Formats: sequence, C-alpha cells, structure tokens
Amino acid sequence: MSSNDPSDPVRRRNVRVALVAGAGFFVMLGGAYASVPLYRLFCQLTGLDGTVRRADAAPGQVLEKTVTVRFDANVRDVPWKFTAEQTSQQVKIGETKIAFFKVTNTSDKPVTARATYNVVPEQAGAYFQKLQCFCFTDQTIPAGATVEMPVLYFIDPEYASDINTRGKTDVTLSYTFFQTEAQQAAAEPPKRDKAS
Amino acid sequence: MAHAAAHDHHDHDHKPSFFVRWFFSTNHKDIGTLYIIFAIIAGIIGGALSGLIRLELAEPGIQLFKEGTWLAQLGLIDASKHGYNVVVTGHALIMVFFVVMPATMGGFGNWFVPLMIGAPDMAFPRMNNISFWLLMAAFSLLVLSMFVDGGPGRGFGGGWTAYPPLSTSGHTGPSMDLAILSLHLAGASSILGSINFITTIFNMRAPGMTLHRMPLFAWGVLITAFLLLLSLPVLAGAITMLLTDRNFNTHFFNAAGGGDPVMYQHLFWFFGHPEVYIMILPGFGIISHIVSTFSRKPVFGYLAMAYAMVAIGFIGFVVWAHHMYTVGMGIELRAYFVAATMVIAVPTGVKIFSWIATMWGGSIEFKVPMLWAIGFIFLFTVGGVTGVVLANAGIDYSLHDTYYVVAHFHYVLSLGAVFSIFAGFYYWFEKMWGVKYNEILGALHFWITFVGVNLIFFPQHFLGLQGMPRRYIDYPEAFTLWNQVSTWGYFVTIIGVGVFLLLLLEAAVRRRKAEANPWGEGATTLEWTLPSPPPFHQFNELPVVKPDTH
Repeated sequence: MSSNDPSDPVRRRNVRVALVAGAGFFVMLGGAYASVPLYRLFCQLTGLDGTVRRADAAPGQVLEKTVTVRFDANVRDVPWKFTAEQTSQQVKIGETKIAFFKVTNTSDKPVTARATYNVVPEQAGAYFQKLQCFCFTDQTIPAGATVEMPVLYFIDPEYASDINTRGKTDVTLSYTFFQTEAQQAAAEPPKRDKAS
Repeated sequence: MAHAAAHDHHDHDHKPSFFVRWFFSTNHKDIGTLYIIFAIIAGIIGGALSGLIRLELAEPGIQLFKEGTWLAQLGLIDASKHGYNVVVTGHALIMVFFVVMPATMGGFGNWFVPLMIGAPDMAFPRMNNISFWLLMAAFSLLVLSMFVDGGPGRGFGGGWTAYPPLSTSGHTGPSMDLAILSLHLAGASSILGSINFITTIFNMRAPGMTLHRMPLFAWGVLITAFLLLLSLPVLAGAITMLLTDRNFNTHFFNAAGGGDPVMYQHLFWFFGHPEVYIMILPGFGIISHIVSTFSRKPVFGYLAMAYAMVAIGFIGFVVWAHHMYTVGMGIELRAYFVAATMVIAVPTGVKIFSWIATMWGGSIEFKVPMLWAIGFIFLFTVGGVTGVVLANAGIDYSLHDTYYVVAHFHYVLSLGAVFSIFAGFYYWFEKMWGVKYNEILGALHFWITFVGVNLIFFPQHFLGLQGMPRRYIDYPEAFTLWNQVSTWGYFVTIIGVGVFLLLLLEAAVRRRKAEANPWGEGATTLEWTLPSPPPFHQFNELPVVKPDTH
C-alpha cells in the first residue's frame, strides 16, 4: 500500500489521479444543474413536450390549410372561474388570431395566480407561436371582479410540412392557473398534513 | 497504514485485534469480506420483500396487504395498497444499491482487483473504509424510511425511479427525504470507491502489467468505476432538486412554477441507464475468467472483450431516453434512441460469442462456477433479446410498464448479475475463505436456483404481452395461472437459498483445507499464485508480469 508520506512519488501520483477523478465528479454534478436552463432552452427552441413558443412578429405567409384550435381552461386550488370564451377557432396556417379567456374571482378577497400552458399534440408545440399572452406572470384579480384575457397566436407555416404534424387538423391549447407561492403560504399553513 | 508498516519487519502476517481489524479495516481483503457479508444479508432482506410481492400476487384480489392478515398483525409494514408499493420500492432500491453493487464492486472488486493487478492494497485504504461505512449509514436510512410516515401511509411507495410529482407532492411525509439522503450517502460511497479503483488500476499495477495485459475483471471494474463517477453525480443532482422541490419551494420539477417533471426523468435515466451496466460489467469480467479457466483456454479475443466493455460503457450514456418513449418525444428523437439502443447489442454480442468461442474446442469441466457461468450466458442472452424487442419504440408503446419489462430486467439483473455474483463466489470461494465448499451442494444450489428463477420470470413475459401492468397490487382473473406459476417459482428459489446457506454452514463446520489453485492450469491470473487464503499483506515483492499471462 502507498505510504502517507506526501513526498512519496506513488502517493503524489495517486493523489493526482484522485483529484482529476474528483474534478470529473464536480463537472457532472454541475452538468446536472446546468441541464435545468439547457433543457428549458432546448424545449423552447424545439417545442419539445408541447412547450409553446413566443414570437415577436407574425409570419408573412398564410396557407390555405386550416387547423381547428380548441381551448381548454383549468384552475387548481384557486377560487376562480376560468373559461374560454370560444370552444374552438378555425385558423388558417400562418394567420394571426386572437382568442379570449374570462376569469372571475369568486372569493371575497383579491387573489393572485399564475398560468402555465401546453399544447396537444406535443409535436405542435414547436409551431404554435404566441405574440401576446397572460402566462408565467402573476395575475391579481380583485374580489368578485371579472377580467378578460386575450391570447394572440398563429401557427407557423412549417406546421404543414413537418412529418410530425402535417395532416393533424386539431390542436388544443390548455391553460391552468396555479396558486402562487405567497398565496399558498397564506392559504394552507399546515403543508405537511397527512393525506389519509 | 502506519501500524502495518511498523509490524512488517518482525511478523509478516500479523493481524490487528478483532475490533480494529473489522471496524477500522484498511485491508482490501477484509473490506471486501465485509462488503460480501453485507450483500448477503441485504440480499436476504431484499429477497424477503420480493416474497411479499409474490405472495400478494399469487391469487387475484388482495390477500396479504389488508387488515387482519399476518402481515397486518406483524405491523412492520403498512398492510395497505400503499404498503405494497413501499415493498416494491424497497425491494428495488435494496437489490440495486445494497446487494448487486456491494457484491460486485465492493466485494469482488476490493478482494480481487489488487490481487489480479499485483498491487499490495488499494491506493487509498482509509477511503476504502469510509466507502464501506457510508454504505451502512445509507442502508440504515433506507430501512428507516420504510417505517416512518410517507404521506399516503408509512414509507415511500413511488418506485425506485421516484418520479415527481408522486415523489414530491404525492409523498409529503419525511420518508422520501430519508430515502433521498440514503441515496446521497450510497452515491458518495460509490463515488469514493470508484475514485479508489481508478487510482489503483492506473497507478498500482505490477511491473509489466500493462493495461492490455490486465485481467478482464480488472477491466470490468475500471469501466464500471468510470460509469459510476460520471453518472452518480447526475443522480445526486436530480434527487437534490427533488429534495429542494419538496422542502424549500424550488420548482425544478413543478409545472406550476414553470418547471418540468419530465426533466427529472431525463436526469434520472441519464444515471439509470449506465447504472444497469454498472451492475453487469464486473460480472462480465468474472464470467470471462471462469469460462477461460474451466475450458483451459485463454479468453477468445481478449482485446475485443476489453474494448467491447468500453463500448458498452460509452454507448450506455447516450441511450437513456429509451426508458421514456411514452412521454411524447418527437419521432426523430425516438428513432435516434431506438437505433442507439440497438447498437448496444453489437458489443454485447461480441462478448457472448467470444465466451462461446472460448469454450469451443476447450477441455470443459462442469465444476460449480462453470455451471453458474454458463447459466449466466444463457439467461443474459434471453434478457438481452427481450431488450432488443423493447428497444423498439413502436413495440414499447404497448409493452411499456408491463410485466414484459419486469421479466426483461430481471433476466439481465436478477438472473444475469446475480448468477455472475454466485459464479464469482464459488470461483473464489477457496481463495477468499481458505476452505473448500461441497461440490454436490453447490451444483444442487445452481440447479434449484436455475429452475426457480426461470419459473418466476419466464411466465412474466406472457403476462406482459397480455398487458398486465407492473407495480399493481391486483390483476384480472385471466392472469391467474402464470402469476401462480411465478409464485411457485419463488418458493423453489427459496429452497435454493436454503441450500446455499447450508453449503456455507457445511463449509464452515468441515473446514477442508483450501488449495492455492484448485482449478489447475486453466487459472492463470495472479491471485492463484498466492496461498488460499492470501497472506494479510501480499506482494511486498511486486510480481513481474510477462506477455501472455492474462
């Protein structure tokens, strides 16, 4: 076995290999955390998992083909009534459309919540682009008030040529309002309650 | 090791007192022995948990996990549907982290890597000791987690994969936190161990022992150590994110906060797929030595065998998403993972055919280790073939999470890896314990186990193809027959375990003196040049290795 004497050459070589291996450990651990922003970026670039992309400008090209876009509105643990004002829209591929959602706060105090969204089929996520939406920012609605929320969207013309999406005539856009952290803490202090 | 050095000059084989020897051990052979004893004990616990699963599934309906049964009266495990999930989870985690890995890497790796490469000990003997005792702490935490509140009941029941949201908002109790900490410690233990192996193999080989003359078991351990070093930190990261999601309001995997639960699956399987090779690669090395020894021929295609393991390790890092075809990946992504997964069959095929070619024309002796080795080759090939079936995303869509998958991974692990462990255990039995085992009991152990495990797992292919989902406590009556056969197989296997324990007892009582090399000219690696058991400190004069000694 190697001695503990730091000047022993075998010992020094051993420590060097161990340090390189230890560095490998930290690189991989860092990689695991770096995957959080990388994965998000990847999903937004490729629309993986039905991640809807945000765009700055409408496309120039409008195709003849139409797609039925359906709207789905949900709330989770928020005292709101959340509905889509239209169940579906016929939209030409490339055409910019606007859809409206209506939210009513049914409680007697102001409530803050935040929406996430997704599309089905998941492959359509890459082509379902939004110019304006109410997602991922806190929305506060006064007690009893009703607010109308618009979504400005279009379907990218490449939708018609991608092997994953061409021929698919229905896209569903789904929103869910979740409680924000502050709201959650105020609403249910005993978080560790036994479920059964 | 200061005390060893101090004693060397007057007593070559002086052993420290019992407590110092086994609790502060820095000797690679003693630590290896500790790991093997631990793996046997953990294996019996994990095997008992699988017995509860098989008893429950012996008949349709719920037999065991309900009020009023002996399990409920025993009170150790929740007699509820949640309790069943806890048992499934516990069985998986114990078998993966506390049976197969300690036996192959900790046990045989510690015992035989230094002996095979002609080193006096591991590079960092004290770190080796820490690795072992960290594993004890990890095991205590895992067992503890089965008995504390999980949320839906006692223990964590979300499977060894611990997917969120079931492992976050689905299990609010402290049980999951304990399980996460247990995996952290087990991971730290394995990472320290793998750094130790890498350093030992790179720096402490005997003169003349080049990497290309190194025995295949040492190759297997070296590649496994790299897989551990590069994959475990990713698991550590993923479960730390789970921990902070659970306790500190982060949103890595929480859709409500902009996170993505599917990302956990990517991170988990980036670790999880190399992990399955971690469990099997040392076994590949063991089997190569045994097949060569009992055919009295050198291993066919030594370099191809070594680099096939390198290739398997490398490709193992780029195929992870074949565990999650059904999460909704695009068709190109699925096509890539199908192709990459199937490529693994090529180096694996190289290994299988090289073992057969080693036997071809050899003077084969069907001693107990050879029986286990041939059993391994057969069973691993069956599991490998069903793996190629499952690699197809199209087929996987219908077989995902069915008993077909359960049958597949038990053929490669419970039968493959475990058979390689028993093969190695019998191959090195005399070398490690200094006594002989009873040949008839060993052969009996093999045949009973072989019949038993095939009875358990072969019918599960049929169940899976008929659509029986895994991890469910109950099933429709149509699945009764093959589930019953599977449960009978479990009892046959239990008899096999009994024969194994009897064999250990017989060997301990009769104490027939071991030979230095019981296997004759076929056994060419360095450990057979030493007496059995080897001296407490070996190779103070380093052996010199000449070409063609592997």
